Amino acid sequence: MTDRILVGTRKGTFLVEKMNGRFGAKLAGHPGVGVNFVARDPHTGTLWAALGHGHWGAKLSRSLDGGKTWADAPQIKYPEGARYLAMPDPSPEGDGDGDPKAVTARNATLLKLWMIAFGQPGRIYVGTIPGGLFVSDDGGESFELNRPLWNHESRGGDLFNGEGSGKTHWFGTPASEGEFAPGIHSIVVDPRNTERVLIAISTAGVLETNDGGKSWCSRTKGMTNDYLPNPEAEWGHDPHSVVLCAGDPDHMWQQNHAGVFYSSDGALNWKKVSQPEKGIHFGFPVAVDARDGKTAWLVPGKADMQRMAIDGRLFVARTEDGGQTWKELRRGLPQECAYDVVYRHSLDNSGDTLAFGSTTGNLYVSEDRGESWATVANNLPPIYSVRFG
Amino acid sequence: MVNVELTPHLFQFFPELQGKKLVVEASTVREVVQQLDNIEPGIAFYLCDERGRLRKHVNIFVKEEMVADRANLGDRVEPNSRVLIMQALSGG
Repeated sequence: MTDRILVGTRKGTFLVEKMNGRFGAKLAGHPGVGVNFVARDPHTGTLWAALGHGHWGAKLSRSLDGGKTWADAPQIKYPEGARYLAMPDPSPEGDGDGDPKAVTARNATLLKLWMIAFGQPGRIYVGTIPGGLFVSDDGGESFELNRPLWNHESRGGDLFNGEGSGKTHWFGTPASEGEFAPGIHSIVVDPRNTERVLIAISTAGVLETNDGGKSWCSRTKGMTNDYLPNPEAEWGHDPHSVVLCAGDPDHMWQQNHAGVFYSSDGALNWKKVSQPEKGIHFGFPVAVDARDGKTAWLVPGKADMQRMAIDGRLFVARTEDGGQTWKELRRGLPQECAYDVVYRHSLDNSGDTLAFGSTTGNLYVSEDRGESWATVANNLPPIYSVRFG
Repeated sequence: MVNVELTPHLFQFFPELQGKKLVVEASTVREVVQQLDNIEPGIAFYLCDERGRLRKHVNIFVKEEMVADRANLGDRVEPNSRVLIMQALSGG
């Protein structure tokens, strides 16, 4: 457990530490640069940051001295020949005016570094857009694209060595920096068996490997959706974030575009535990207790048409019974004129302490499992990531 | 020899280049970028993506002309040309 919080924002990396009984934030690196994710390698203590330079592309940065100084890390690049089948961009600015049926094979170049996760000592995972899982087995000195996932049948097969099936079930996310492409935003490693890894993709679904990435299968059973002709379709899902209980790893949680889902059997079956009438349905982040897999927290938002705090009153929701009942936790949070939205990586927990940050630059901490909240800062840049570490 | 000038924005990532006279031997813009990367490893990936295409929000001028071949950087540079590498103004 740690009291230090790493915060990635649109304008730099901030460190939040407790001094004289109060949490305080300070700019710790990358001033002016978009920071999608910051995390600490638990094996080495190295801090890793996923940067998105407006002009200069996506870059990995690392600090060997706890955030005092940062330098570019070995960079992630898609290998020669990496292609993916891309849907037409449905956005008004995109290429949606073209042939709406045109699925095109695009050369892959790095659009965004979205998420960093750590496996056994030396292994680092990075989830990217377009839809890449990059893996390092040398502590981040080099990264390789996981090809079995890249070539998965759900996205049209092997385009390195042919034209594949021509059909993909991986769509896109507006988070993809100028193109409409899928992205890997959640990577969870089973602490019992680090060869077992689950990932989540916007927009495709959840996949699992049990052999260290040699093969992948879908884990979307029960993830019913409300925006496809078949609510039980295997693909086409929009998980916003997926987490796993470290102390009870069969318990997994998912905040999805189409509701809140819980699994008590390691993602073999998901069960929708939304309670829309109470506002427990839409949102981006979810956190699970490290010991009790039935306890989880959300920061709900007003459905996809609005994406902001419900009725201008910000709250955190907690369940302690696997989603059967939810408690609204509002003490210390603004209860009028608050329209924050909290992104998928911007809620985290460590022991009884929780923290979350919004795109309005507000950062809150609770030291009593969410019962009450204290404001750390109100004027940070838009917050993309909040991690203890 | 070609004289290369960089936007000061790049000095925050490559401070060693600040105040340094950059003269490289090159006959195309692509060779200019390669030579720069030899001097300062990693800078090519700031200017171009992994396919060698000039990034969308980066501009390179040879004398006063913006490069035409953004995909391969095949534009010719003559001896004693001034090559200017800038961040693009993309509205604002």
